[in-house]
Amino acid sequence: MSRKRTTAAILVGLLVVFLVVIPVALRDAPYMINVLINSAMLSVIGAGVWVTFAIGRINISQGAFAMIGGYVTAILSTRYGVSFWLCLPLAGLIAAAIGVLVGLPILRLRGVYFSMISLSLTEAIRLAFLNGGQFTHGASGIVNVPRPDALTLFGVTLIPAFDGASPLPYYYLAIALLILTLLTLWRISTSRLGWTFRSMRMNEELAASVGVNVAKYRVIAFGICCFIGGVGGAFFAAFHQNIYPATYTVSDSMSFMVFCFLGGLDYIAGPVVGAFLLTISFEVLQPLQQYQPLIYAMLMIGFMLWLPNGILSLTSWGSEAVNRAPETPLASATSPAAPGTPSAAPKGEA
Amino acid sequence: MNQMLVNGIVLGTIYALIALGLTLIFSIMRVVNFAHGQMYMLGGFIVYYGTVVYGLNYFVALLLAIVLVAAIGALFEIFLFRRVLRIAKREENSMLLAVGTALLLENLALVAFGEKQRGVPPVVEGVFEIGDAYLPASRLLVMGMAALMIVGLLLFVQYTRPGRALRAIAQDKEVTYLQGVNINRMSVLGFALGAALAGAAGGLLVTVFAVNAGMGTAVSVKAFLMVMIGGAGVTAGAILGAFALGFAEAIGYEIFPGSLTYLIIFVAIIVFLAIRPQGIMGRTS
Repeated sequence: MSRKRTTAAILVGLLVVFLVVIPVALRDAPYMINVLINSAMLSVIGAGVWVTFAIGRINISQGAFAMIGGYVTAILSTRYGVSFWLCLPLAGLIAAAIGVLVGLPILRLRGVYFSMISLSLTEAIRLAFLNGGQFTHGASGIVNVPRPDALTLFGVTLIPAFDGASPLPYYYLAIALLILTLLTLWRISTSRLGWTFRSMRMNEELAASVGVNVAKYRVIAFGICCFIGGVGGAFFAAFHQNIYPATYTVSDSMSFMVFCFLGGLDYIAGPVVGAFLLTISFEVLQPLQQYQPLIYAMLMIGFMLWLPNGILSLTSWGSEAVNRAPETPLASATSPAAPGTPSAAPKGEA
Repeated sequence: MNQMLVNGIVLGTIYALIALGLTLIFSIMRVVNFAHGQMYMLGGFIVYYGTVVYGLNYFVALLLAIVLVAAIGALFEIFLFRRVLRIAKREENSMLLAVGTALLLENLALVAFGEKQRGVPPVVEGVFEIGDAYLPASRLLVMGMAALMIVGLLLFVQYTRPGRALRAIAQDKEVTYLQGVNINRMSVLGFALGAALAGAAGGLLVTVFAVNAGMGTAVSVKAFLMVMIGGAGVTAGAILGAFALGFAEAIGYEIFPGSLTYLIIFVAIIVFLAIRPQGIMGRTS
C-alpha cells in the first residue's frame, strides 16, 4: 500500500513540476522549453513502439507512420483548411488504417524478419512521399503548415489559437498528449488486452492454442502503435510548420525503438525515460556535438552489455503494473474467465 | 535490353557477396548483422586510404581491407555478442546490440573520415562490347573477383573441417557442441568470415561507386532485402536473392526515374513476403 502511495506521490510531484514549476522557471528560456517539447513528443511516438514490443515485435517502422501523420496534417491544413484539432485525430486514424493494411501481411513475420521488413517499410514510405508528385511536392516537402488554430465548441473557446510568440502552448499540448498516451498504455497493459499481448510475446503458438486470435491482436497492437505515431507526426508538422520526406528516416525509426529499450522494455515509462534522457543529454553535451552520435552508439552497446533491461530495471518503480506475478490479475479479474484463456477459447478447437 | 542483362549480372554477383556474408553470420549466430553495410563502407574506405592516400597496390589494399574488417567482426563477436547472447533474456537484446555496433562504426567513420565521398580510380582500363551492351573492364574485374571469392567460400564451407563445423552449427548448435566442436571459436570464425565478405564487397565496389561514411544503412537495407527474398540463413537463397535484387534494380533503373525503382521493389517484396514469409528457399519454423 505504502508503495502505491509513494508511486502516486512521485506522479503528482512530476505533474506539478512539469505543469507549473518548469513553465515558470523556464519562461525566459524558450530554447529549453523546445527541448522539453521534443522530448515529450518523441516519448509519445516511442510509446507507440512500446506497444509492438509488448507483442514481441521489434518495430523499426515508426518513423514512417509519424511521417504519414505529418503529411496528413500538412496536406489537410494547408490545402483544405482543416482545423489542426481535427487533423490530430485524423492523422492518427489514417496512420492506423495504413498500419493495419500493411500490418496484415507483414505481421505474419517474426523476430529478425519482422524487424528487417519494418526497416524497409520506413524506406518505402519515405520513397512514396518523395515520389508523390504534386500531391506531396516531392523532396521540397510542404512548408507553411499553419499553427494550431483556436478550438471552439458551441461558441466557447476551449483552446485559444497558438500565436507562436511563446512555445508554451505547444509545451502544454505535448505534455497533455504524453499524459494521455501514458494513461492509454497503462490502461492497455493492465487490461485483458495487455495480458493477451504479453501471452503472444511469450509464445504465439501457445496463445493461439488457448484461443487467442493472434492475427487479430497483433494487428490491433500495430494499429495502436501507428495511431500514436501518426498523432506524434501531426504534432511535429504543426510545431515545425513543415514536413519533408527527409524528416523521418531509418535512423529516426531506430531511435524510437532505442528509447523504449534504454528506458526498459518491461516498463510503460520506458520510452519516456529513454527519450527524455537522450534528448536532454544531447543538449547538455552540446560542446561535444560532433561526437554525440558516437556517444549515443557507445551508450547503446554499454547498456546491452551491462544493463540489458533498461534504466528502470535499476528501480522497482513503474514495473508493478506490468511485471507483477500473474496471481494479482487473477484475483482482481472481473470477468468470469481467467486471463490468458479468453472467452473466445472454443475458436482454438479447430 | 542486353545492357540490362549485363548490369543485372554484375550487380547480382557483387550483391551475392554482401548477402552471403549476412546470411553466414545469421545462420551461425542467429544475429542479423546490422553493421553489415557499415563494414562494407569500411572496406571501401580502407582501400581508398591504402591506394589513394598511401599509394599501396590495389590488391594489397584490398587484402588489407578484408583482414581488417574480418578483425572487427571477430572483435565484435568476442567482446560484445558472446556476452550479450549469454545474458540476454529477450531476443531483442542481441538485435539492439547489432544496431548499436552499426551506429558505432558509422559514427567512428564520420569522425575519422569526414563526410566526403571517396572513390578509387578503376584498376584496369578499357571497355568490352557484348552485342549492343557495354561492359567496362573494371566492372568485369570486380565481378570476376567477387565470383572467385564466392566460389572460394562455398568450397571452404563445403569441403573443409571448419566449414563443415560451421554448417553443423547452422543446423543444430547443441548437437554440434556435443560432437566436440568449439562453438566459441567457430562463432568467431563465422562472424569474421561474414564481416570479411562485407569488407571485400566494399573494397571491390569502391572502384565503381564512391563510398561515404553515411552510406551503411542503405547497403544494409539492400542486404536485408536480398536475404528476405532468398530466405535467411540459406546459402543458395542468399545468392538467388542477390541476383533477383540485382536484376530488379538493373531493369528498374532503365524504365523508371530515380527513386521510384526502389519504391516498387519495396512494395513487391512486401507483397511477396505476405505470400511466402520465409522467402524462396527459407525453411519454415
